[in-house]
Amino acid sequence: MVESLYKIRIDGRQFDELRPIKTKVGIIPSADGSAMFETGGTRAIAAVRGPRTLHPQHMQDSKTGVLRVSYGMMPFSVWDRIRPGPSRRSEEISKVCEWALSSVLDLSAFPNSVVDVFIQIPQADAGTRVAGLNAAALALADAGLPMREMISAIAVGKCDKTLIVDVDKAEEDFHEGEGPTDIPVAITSRTKNVSLLQLDGKISVKELAEVIEMAKLACDKILEAQMNALKERNGGTDDE
Amino acid sequence: MSKVVIPRLQIERIISALKEGKRLDGRNILDYRDIKIERNISSNAESSVSVKIGKTEVYCGVKMAVTAPYSDSPNEGTFMMTAELHPMASETFDIGRPGINAIELARVIDRGIRESGFIDFKGLCIKEGEKVWQVFVDVFVLNDDGNLFDVTGLAALIALGSAKLPVYNEEEDKLEHKRSDIDLPLNKELMSFNMTVYKVGDKILIDPTKEEEDIADYRLSIAFGDNNGEARITALQKGKAGVINTEDLNSILKTVEDKYKTMFPTVKKLVWNE
Repeated sequence: MVESLYKIRIDGRQFDELRPIKTKVGIIPSADGSAMFETGGTRAIAAVRGPRTLHPQHMQDSKTGVLRVSYGMMPFSVWDRIRPGPSRRSEEISKVCEWALSSVLDLSAFPNSVVDVFIQIPQADAGTRVAGLNAAALALADAGLPMREMISAIAVGKCDKTLIVDVDKAEEDFHEGEGPTDIPVAITSRTKNVSLLQLDGKISVKELAEVIEMAKLACDKILEAQMNALKERNGGTDDE
Repeated sequence: MSKVVIPRLQIERIISALKEGKRLDGRNILDYRDIKIERNISSNAESSVSVKIGKTEVYCGVKMAVTAPYSDSPNEGTFMMTAELHPMASETFDIGRPGINAIELARVIDRGIRESGFIDFKGLCIKEGEKVWQVFVDVFVLNDDGNLFDVTGLAALIALGSAKLPVYNEEEDKLEHKRSDIDLPLNKELMSFNMTVYKVGDKILIDPTKEEEDIADYRLSIAFGDNNGEARITALQKGKAGVINTEDLNSILKTVEDKYKTMFPTVKKLVWNE
């Protein structure tokens, strides 16, 4: 086997090692649910509003509530300032996150209503959509909405030929050899299904299978952090 | 989106408490709620801060870039302020392009800072007529429980007060992804800060909750700075459709001048992190 050009991670982590995680549930008093999820230099916050009546009326579904997700980065979250407001990138990420969360959320008890999930990134060091999903899943649980299972998400990456979990910005910019590949993955907590999957770069089929296995292991650790955050919120009682 | 309707009974409770000079949360009419500051909430910004007054919270970050100066001020940097009233913060906010409330908020705070001379625009000149620093102050509202004007104004001052210039490589004309230890050039003694008064019932109050704010007849934002121990006004904005009678205006100005004397030292301490 040819040796990879990426032998030691820039910040010294093991290849399967996550960055330090911090979580907090209940950060926005006026929201129905809210949470913060931080991994290393990336921090995401999420707020849930709803269920409330969906307007305009023709958007309503008489069988179930509708989920809407909006993802965005704050202007000062990255080195090169981002103009406030939606962009093509943020619109697409919002949609894939919406699909990911819809897969576990059961809004059948709330016909004609809408649940809004707002994900915002105050500080970015790569992996913002997966951090956002982790925060959003916590916020939905905080809002007490019926979820079939939790969702945990991770960005697995490939620098040249080395597979790594929880990619940071410096690794995203690794351009030697085969260059960088970024694979955000979301895994459902009980059935271990894939609810978000994207890829940017180059990878073999065999390696991709390995990526999913790495993502599952990483998501187990994230799930643990999420469940601890919820327990803390509930004052020590566990009622998934 | 939806405007929140406050029940008439609640309005009556607020007004009748005010008649006794009290607020429903126990404050006097000229009391601010607790102010909580968290610095460096975003490491990629030139400076950043979270400011909480009561339950109202905003994030504010300063970013800088190099740009060409305006032709009428070839040796001065530029300053731009934005505010995002994101639906995360309140069920009354909408997603999308900034609406009039976000625009007004950013412009009122912008004027107070700009006109005071707090930012040393000439000190932001890199090469006259060619290159100057561009200063962005972006505010994101996390939770709105009233008085966004004063919270935003304070956040902008604190962020500006702690900003460091990025490293600019003049030869290659590019910004390095690191910060120098050079402070953003400021005329510290010219700082002014924004206090907003609200007419609710027949009382003038400051730092309203969302409910108090919504039932106010008008608000008046006043940016105050120090001029050799005297309060000097650097920006004004009357908001909402109510009108101010002369008696009220005189009493407001006297009231806020007194309040300014106790608040200004507090604001200075927060801005200079003392």
